[in-house]
Amino acid sequence: MLRHNKSGMKPCRKCLLTVMVVAVYVLHQDFWNWKKAEPLVFGFLPVGLAYQAGYSILAAVMMAVLVKFDWPAHLETIEPEEHSGDKET
Amino acid sequence: MIPVVVVCVYLAIIAVIGSVAFRKGKQNTEDFFLANRTIGAMVFFLSIFATNMTAFAILGSSGQAYRQGIGIYGLMASSSGFVIPLTIFFIGTRLWAIGKRFGHQTQVSFFRDRWECSSIGTAIFALSVAMLVPYMIISIMGGGRVLSDISGGRVAYWLGCAVVALVVTMNVFFGGMRGTVWVNIFQTIMFLLFGAVAVAVISHALPGGFGEYISKIAANPKTRYLVTRDRMPERYFWSYTLIPLSSIMFPHMAIMCFAARKVTAFKRTVILYPIAIMAIWLPCIFLGVLGTQTVTGLKNPDGVLLHMLNQYAPVWLAGILGAGIISAVMGSDTHQVLAVSTMFTKDIFAFYGGKDKYGEKGSVYFARAFILVVTAVAYVVALVTPESIFELAVRFAFSGFAAMSPVMIAALFWKRSTKWGALASTLWVAGWLALTWYLQRLSDPMIPKPGQPPVQIFPQLGDLFQRTIANVTIHGFLPVVPMVFGSALLMIIVSLLTRPPSQATIDKYFSFDPANSQPRTEASGLESRGVRAQQQSATGSL
Repeated sequence: MLRHNKSGMKPCRKCLLTVMVVAVYVLHQDFWNWKKAEPLVFGFLPVGLAYQAGYSILAAVMMAVLVKFDWPAHLETIEPEEHSGDKET
Repeated sequence: MIPVVVVCVYLAIIAVIGSVAFRKGKQNTEDFFLANRTIGAMVFFLSIFATNMTAFAILGSSGQAYRQGIGIYGLMASSSGFVIPLTIFFIGTRLWAIGKRFGHQTQVSFFRDRWECSSIGTAIFALSVAMLVPYMIISIMGGGRVLSDISGGRVAYWLGCAVVALVVTMNVFFGGMRGTVWVNIFQTIMFLLFGAVAVAVISHALPGGFGEYISKIAANPKTRYLVTRDRMPERYFWSYTLIPLSSIMFPHMAIMCFAARKVTAFKRTVILYPIAIMAIWLPCIFLGVLGTQTVTGLKNPDGVLLHMLNQYAPVWLAGILGAGIISAVMGSDTHQVLAVSTMFTKDIFAFYGGKDKYGEKGSVYFARAFILVVTAVAYVVALVTPESIFELAVRFAFSGFAAMSPVMIAALFWKRSTKWGALASTLWVAGWLALTWYLQRLSDPMIPKPGQPPVQIFPQLGDLFQRTIANVTIHGFLPVVPMVFGSALLMIIVSLLTRPPSQATIDKYFSFDPANSQPRTEASGLESRGVRAQQQSATGSL
């Protein structure tokens, strides 16, 4: 149940998506903005804060890409087996 | 007094929604705890977001920004915007699937079945409850404090706590999950609007505009750190990216994942989540930094936004914005109370024979009685115990739940994982929590002053254990780093050294192919009961 769908995702696509997630993670560590306050984006946002706000938008875009290309579609057809209660282990 | 009236009207609306949900409800646990797994996509997003947002997102974030500056956004908000949607995408969807397929309503019931062992579930249950209950108590404390602050002290702290506890109890007692998520729709919209409205109102009232104030902060060497990350060590910043792993491990978040009607409900949630976090945190952090210039010398900076609203917003609007803050408090608190009740009912009461003896209806009665008792006890504890103890416990809980994430990942994705690996990870986490608590208490008398470097706790061990203003660090990293990596390592090593679960269980969770799934029939039901009987005979304990 927990594996990917039958056809499977192409390895190169999986690889690209993994690289994308790692790259987005690395971009969070914006050491180049550490000691900078200027320029003030839109005239009032310190650059470090504006960068991290932009990063939030990037994270949303990354999730949209994952939903588009790595969505676990096989889970959409799951049906209840039998609601067993929680003791039947 | 007008803000208090507005907040009271808001609380009355919440209570009414709960009672309407009560009339829609059925007398079984799946309906009471999970709204019969029927939560649609948009409601799911609003509700899971409300589950995870507390008063900290508004009051704590602005207070921290007042103390430490803009770095708080990258430290807590944007890292959460990256990690939490990923965990919901990879873990939440799989939790939904196993819940839908096998009827699990809690993480513990899944762990018990996945590793054919009741004791590992009980161990994880004990640790989870120990970490969740302080969170629940501090939510009541936060609500009481906000009501007291908004009213300018006219509503006493004890009364504020009582009002919040009562409304939360009514909402959960009558409405269960259905009442909770209905209320969440209202609450999430309220607090998502809070930031934008607060910024608009305050910018309108401030002479000279935001830019002038920020330039002034940047130009002054004494305050420049507020608009940079000068005083934020990079190791500390990096460590913090592991903390949001805790989100999906919080029982109230995992239980929400079980409640979605379709797995497609997760799509919109994971995309909108980072944006929603930004909508709340960005204005609050910005205003917190601005507050250092407009509301100077605050002893408790967590109240900076309330001060600014009182100063710059019309009274009626301050009341509505106050209701937005209360929304954040109660949105998560209702889910925490419901989660504790769900866990005690399903993982203890039902699991140890209560359901067989009293049936589904009896289980719901037990759950409701438990809700009354737990909120009453939480209220009393909130009044008699110092808040600092629970603040500390909650901070530790985030590290603890984050360090339990390898257990969940192994259960879902690694066939070879074993109950012994899970037990080793659980003990590792519990041990670290105890050690960190001890070190924190031991180093309280040596807390450095703001701007000073960390202090070595044991000089003979060098920089191994250090004390910063708020935390104990390990070689400059937060304790969550060794906790997460140690937990993952132990899970792998101990699992490889011990016997895996039976092939039937592994097949059950890993070889099910939905392409071949058939509608449930009597035959398939009998077959699955046969498999279950086999598993029961194989079930062991630690």
